[in-house]
Amino acid sequence: MPQDSLITSENDIDLVLEFEGDDSSYQKEHRRQRHREKRVDGDIVRRKRGNERRKGASRAEEGESQTRPERIDRGRRKRTRSHQDTKGSEGDEEVQPKIQSGRAAKTRKHTKNEKTRKKEEEEKAEKGEGKERHGKRKKTSASKKEREEVGGKHTMKEKAQEVKRKKHKRVVETSPEPSEEDDIDEEVDEEEEVRPESLSSEELEKLKEAVDERKKLIQALRGKPWPIKKKCVILRESQEFVEKYEGALGKGKGRKLYAYKVLMSKKWMKFQRDFENFKTACIPWEMKIKEIESHFGSSVASYFIFLRWMYGINMILFCLTFGLVMVPEALMGRPYGTIPRKTVPRAEATSAMDFAVLWDFGGYAQYSVLFYGYYNNQRAVGWLKFRMPLSYFLVGVGTVAYSYMVVIRTMARNANESGVGDDNSFNFNWRMFTSWDYLIGNPETADNKFASITTSFKEAILEEQESQKDDNIHLTRFLRVLANFLVLCCLAGSGYLIYFVVRRSQKFALDGLENHTWWERNEVNMVMSLLGMFCPMLFDVISALENYHPRVALQWQLGRIFALFLGNLYTFIIALMDEINLKREEENIIKFNITVWEASLFNGTVSVNSTAPPVTIEPADVPRGPCWETMVGQEFVRLIISDTMTTYITLLIGDFLRAVLVRFLNYCWCWDLEAGFPSYSEFDVSGNVLGLIFNQGMIWMGAFYAPCLPALNVLRLHVSMYLQCWAVMCCNVPQERVFKASGSNNFYMAMLLVILFLSTLPAIYTIVTIPPSFDCGPFSGKQRMFDVIQETLESDFPAWFGKVFSYASNPGLVLPFMLLMVLAIYYLQSTSKSYKEANMELKKKLQTQNEENKKKNKLAALKAQMDLEEARKGSSRTAQQQKNSPSLQDQETDEEEDHRNSQRLHRSKNGRNTPHSVREQGGQFPTSGAPVARPNRHGNQGTPGYPPSFPQQSEPRMHRLPSLQRH
Amino acid sequence: MGTTASQLGKDLLSEYQELTFLTKQEILLAYKRFSELLSKDEKYVLNERVPMDRILTLPELKSNPFRKRICYVLSTSDSTNGSLTFEDFLDLLTAFSDSATMEIKSHYAFCIFDFDDDGTLDCGDLEKLVNCLTGETDETKLTAEEMRQLISNILEESDIDKDGTVNLSEFQHVISRSPDFVSPGSTFIKWIP
Repeated sequence: MPQDSLITSENDIDLVLEFEGDDSSYQKEHRRQRHREKRVDGDIVRRKRGNERRKGASRAEEGESQTRPERIDRGRRKRTRSHQDTKGSEGDEEVQPKIQSGRAAKTRKHTKNEKTRKKEEEEKAEKGEGKERHGKRKKTSASKKEREEVGGKHTMKEKAQEVKRKKHKRVVETSPEPSEEDDIDEEVDEEEEVRPESLSSEELEKLKEAVDERKKLIQALRGKPWPIKKKCVILRESQEFVEKYEGALGKGKGRKLYAYKVLMSKKWMKFQRDFENFKTACIPWEMKIKEIESHFGSSVASYFIFLRWMYGINMILFCLTFGLVMVPEALMGRPYGTIPRKTVPRAEATSAMDFAVLWDFGGYAQYSVLFYGYYNNQRAVGWLKFRMPLSYFLVGVGTVAYSYMVVIRTMARNANESGVGDDNSFNFNWRMFTSWDYLIGNPETADNKFASITTSFKEAILEEQESQKDDNIHLTRFLRVLANFLVLCCLAGSGYLIYFVVRRSQKFALDGLENHTWWERNEVNMVMSLLGMFCPMLFDVISALENYHPRVALQWQLGRIFALFLGNLYTFIIALMDEINLKREEENIIKFNITVWEASLFNGTVSVNSTAPPVTIEPADVPRGPCWETMVGQEFVRLIISDTMTTYITLLIGDFLRAVLVRFLNYCWCWDLEAGFPSYSEFDVSGNVLGLIFNQGMIWMGAFYAPCLPALNVLRLHVSMYLQCWAVMCCNVPQERVFKASGSNNFYMAMLLVILFLSTLPAIYTIVTIPPSFDCGPFSGKQRMFDVIQETLESDFPAWFGKVFSYASNPGLVLPFMLLMVLAIYYLQSTSKSYKEANMELKKKLQTQNEENKKKNKLAALKAQMDLEEARKGSSRTAQQQKNSPSLQDQETDEEEDHRNSQRLHRSKNGRNTPHSVREQGGQFPTSGAPVARPNRHGNQGTPGYPPSFPQQSEPRMHRLPSLQRH
Repeated sequence: MGTTASQLGKDLLSEYQELTFLTKQEILLAYKRFSELLSKDEKYVLNERVPMDRILTLPELKSNPFRKRICYVLSTSDSTNGSLTFEDFLDLLTAFSDSATMEIKSHYAFCIFDFDDDGTLDCGDLEKLVNCLTGETDETKLTAEEMRQLISNILEESDIDKDGTVNLSEFQHVISRSPDFVSPGSTFIKWIP
């Protein structure tokens, strides 16, 4: 790693330099020791000072050293300040060697390793920490490189007076190896601390900046990979610093306000933290999920987290419907039995309390707040004048809107988190570095994971080796087509079956339900549930034909199940629409009948007694329409119930009973049941997630007509949580192929979004197109359900508002607005695309630059090595010839170069700092002024006998020899 | 120094909250778990070091193939025996918590994978890493040829400067593109309806 080491040597010198500059700002206890060491350094330095001065000018041409004068300058500034600050004789003593060291810092390359050691010692002493984390001291070359870059950049940019800010930045940006800078940093700050009141405004500004930086540091501290002890120390110091000077900063009027602001921000922080704690404490089932996580890995746990998330959403939907629709109607609306729609008809009254009827959500359940039909169309109810129909409508719309918002927001967040993984260029690395699931805490799961990782490695290798080879492509293609054909047949069959069953059930319903068996009454739901249970198994068998990669196979499988469920749901809805149309025809007939009936009633009463008060008829006796809305709601509720039941029963039979049988029959069976055929079941994450998604779809679809659905769903999810947690822990085994969860993350969310869209579609269609029933529900008597908005606008708002609203809803305004939105979407999309392209470009550039750098460095290292060998040969050959060298200075310069070359070379070989060997190498070279070649970068130093640069390694000798001959 | 709360101290607790990604409950829980690891006579939990063997009995670490490395990396002990103090333990937890930043995670992950502590992932490190991931048993182990192929593929992908090793910035680059490395320890959908 020659490149790194080369850079490193520069970099470390920079650090040393800085340290030189700053350590005048002392830690008093340790000054002595350092001082002594410095004197030793100083001796070395003094000897070479002469050379340094001369070299100064030529150095400036070197790329890296451009920044040096600045640094030295800074160092001087610091020193002068420290000079002022330190009272007593020590200061003067100290400054002297320091100036030397500052000036001659370049020569420190030789003593660099000493320095490093010294630094370490100091750190230990200063911090009282002593324990540097294992491996910390071994600097990673990467961080060095980075630091070098950062450091270089800043020194170029910043003025010397902004030292502090720069250093702070450094600390922030180069967090992996921040220890040295940080120490310096603190020292600088302490130096600044002197007397805030006496400072000029400029310095005050600086101090303020420092305080701000400190604050930033405090905030960024938790994101640093340092041991906590160190963080603690820094935190305390920084806090002290901030506290000490924060109040002093504002003067006069400002001070009080400032202090107040600081106090408030502190309080606010504390409150935020407490609130955060409270929030996490409120998250239910955390421990349960953690336990499952550790047993089964993250993919199973992800299902439960998904379940919990669903629970949260349903909880909010439930609060909406319960708080704004059901409770007001139950408390403030007319009580049960006052009007026909709130009464069980006379004909049903006898059986209305039967369990069978209630279980079907007929009887009293049907005529309650649970369903649409119960609600009255009274505009305002109770003393609050609660606008009941409006509220009902808005809650229906709000449910959908809220769901969309949540789903899309979650998707966006997930995309943000994982959106960067766009290309497959790091396939192997990801497998390598991220495949372990750190949540696994169960040996069995760990074994499975080992196996699956091994297979994935092997697969990846195989894929890489023979990506284009395929044994019998025609057979595979044929089988895949066949499989898809079979699946399509299955889908069509199941769709037809459902349609058939629904039609049949309508016939039964016309005949009257009482004449039929339980099966015939519940046929639709049972068939749907059974299809949902068995078709996926069939698909599984079929997919064995296809011979896909398991991950691809899983996605196909999910897609097929999705199609099946969707097909079933839509067949169901189409059948329901048929039924709605039937009911509406029936309604028309009944409407007509009622007018006749009313007329006859009036005629009858009038004929009997004209003076009698208007007849009062029992609400139960009033003939009424079929109320299709309630019917739809009932269908959905039944569907949900039967779905839930099937899920639970499959769980009990498929998992629990199987586990029990396998466990206990194993004692008396002829083969090993546990390891062999039936075995224990695995937890089917994808199937369960799909089930959950579809269940939610049904809730969204039916919630408008049955306000009780969210409540039911909350109940179901709650029970599911406990039951499934129990079932998983007690009767499932870890999966054979342990997938990690996060990959399929947004896949499920996308499915949820599709389902949400598809399920709101029919609901919205019915709301918008079909007129509501004439005698039930909050919208009875209106042409369309959304007329309630217009009504409210007309009667509850001032006239101008209605006008404005009607103007705003004018197509002439709406259309341009939509156009604008489309344009905005287009614009945003194209910008995001261009960003992506720019990203790619940068990536490419980075890569090429890296390669170039690499090449350059390799070349330089090679050259240095060649030069060195050349020099050795040359030195041995010319040692005796060499009698009078051009000048003494030249000799010394050469020596300097020797040191550097050898050092570099050595590092490039070892990649480590090896002080002793450097010395030895340096020692090998005689001070006789041997003709030593230099690497290209240091060639142009303007020494007399040399041309400005040496493109070839053989050249030095060629040029040198003539000059020798001249002498 | 009696109960948990008093022993940890309010200030210390808030400091820990400030410095880690853990909540108050989690810190207290960690404290409880940690003091359970200590034997009875060691009362001053904060200063005690728990030897690695006992840390490894935690079920969370028991089946982790990198458990020893994790201890070594996070230990601040002088004698590199992998023993942890309570603060080291908190470091461990925060590094593996859901809300830890990418930077922290990748840094610790790199240290964990860097088996010989030389600051780069070279072939030896990668080989050890593969062996850790595939388990110790013979049937899951890769053959030498497969191993060679795998490592050369890995280096080909990630070794941008072509020096035969993966260094920290290369590692972070690779990791940051990965959809899976929201983990270790990430949860996939958060409870925020």
